[in-house]
Amino acid sequence: MKHFKTITKDCLNKEGGCGICQSSCQSACKTSCTVANQECAKKVQ
Amino acid sequence: MIHLFESLNHYYVYDVYSGALHMPDEQAYRVLSLYKEHNNEDEIIKALEGEHTIHDIKQTISEIETLIDENLLYSSMDYDDIKLLQTGRIKAMCLHVAHDCNLRCKYCFASKGAFGGKRTLMSVDVGKKALDFLIRNSGDAKTLEVDFFGGEPLMNFDVVKEITYYGRELEKTHKKEFRFTLTTNAYDMDDTIIEFLNEEIYNVVISIDGREDVHDFMRPDNSGKGSQSTILKNAKKFAEKRGDKSYYIRGTYTKNNLDFAEDVKYLADQGFEQLSIEPVVADKSMSYALNNNDLDTIKKEYEKLAKWYYDYRKKKFVNFFHFMINLEEGPCLIKRLSGCGAGFEYVAVTPEGDVYPCHQYVGNEEMILATIADAHINKKMAEEFAANHVINKQQCKDCWAQFWCGGGCGANAYKFNGDISIPYAMECDMLKTRLECAMAVYALEKGDND
Repeated sequence: MKHFKTITKDCLNKEGGCGICQSSCQSACKTSCTVANQECAKKVQ
Repeated sequence: MIHLFESLNHYYVYDVYSGALHMPDEQAYRVLSLYKEHNNEDEIIKALEGEHTIHDIKQTISEIETLIDENLLYSSMDYDDIKLLQTGRIKAMCLHVAHDCNLRCKYCFASKGAFGGKRTLMSVDVGKKALDFLIRNSGDAKTLEVDFFGGEPLMNFDVVKEITYYGRELEKTHKKEFRFTLTTNAYDMDDTIIEFLNEEIYNVVISIDGREDVHDFMRPDNSGKGSQSTILKNAKKFAEKRGDKSYYIRGTYTKNNLDFAEDVKYLADQGFEQLSIEPVVADKSMSYALNNNDLDTIKKEYEKLAKWYYDYRKKKFVNFFHFMINLEEGPCLIKRLSGCGAGFEYVAVTPEGDVYPCHQYVGNEEMILATIADAHINKKMAEEFAANHVINKQQCKDCWAQFWCGGGCGANAYKFNGDISIPYAMECDMLKTRLECAMAVYALEKGDND
């Protein structure tokens, strides 16, 4: 494409819910909720 | 739904329901801004006549339509397909081993360590019973997360050790794995403690606000003396010995240091590689509290930080917690939409053994969810928390950032709006700015690596 550069495509996985990833508040923040910086623990494994 | 934004001198369009991120050129950005409004080729051409050739505008519209056909722009989502997390499986616990602290931080949400009550330390017995409570209520969760928290948890280091070793015994008998973390001010961190942390603790969060004057003004010790130089020395020693294990240096910024990018840079210059800085959570009446009038300055500061971060990482490794984003291996939709887990997946336990939905509610007795000695959990309260997810909040469903924030912090919503389901708008604004910065850094770094 001339006018668009696609950086990433579909990144929202509907499968899952295993719950092995870290609870968001157990990470560094403790005063805000964010899942943006978390990884899917299963994929990482 | 799409979100158009500019960051780090480039244009971006994020497609909300697919998660696709594109970099349009300036012309495509302009066409896209008009596309939804006009949705008519002739009107878009008329609006941009003189700025771009008709041929170029038509080509851009054709590219937009190709992306739409590929479900990478204006894609849709059926929320009914997503089965969110329910009650009945507590997998994370914030263990308040010390309601006491050796610092007297002015902004402390824990009332300078005591959470509005007496200064107390958790006993080994309560700590063990807390782990038993977690095991008993963990259902099929295999990995259980326990964060040693305070106050200052290292004021009760012997108990931290004993609870950890008890957890290791439970792992064998219950086929579970404990992932221990610890949040500390590192003021009294000696070699013995560092050795233990590096042996047993999966992630350590050390609170340092940054530059000495900034830190010392808000974080004096209990005699009123500045604490930064001692903490910095201890934290450096800790980080040097940490190896590949996870840690964060976590600061808090207030109205007194709206130039907080300088504090992140300062911490990077000290050799720390894992950094985070969070906006203070404080009553609006406090002199250091952030308010809506600060938002423009805060947004510009995050952009300044992102620019520095992108340039710095070309030369030296550093991670900033809120600019880390995974656009390919991120969490599943169930995780993204289910909220933070407070009250049904995550709980906090006080030295007395009271169980709260999270650490931020501790001290508000109306919010007691259970006690560790009792099998009974306030099911109604747990269900209310579990229902506080993105799909049940129209404000979140209408927001482009809905898959990245878990619907925001319920405790902040409760504190500022008196209702866990009404997001705290200022937090949302800051998160969206950080997210734009994170996406921009991701896109630019990916471009550099391709």
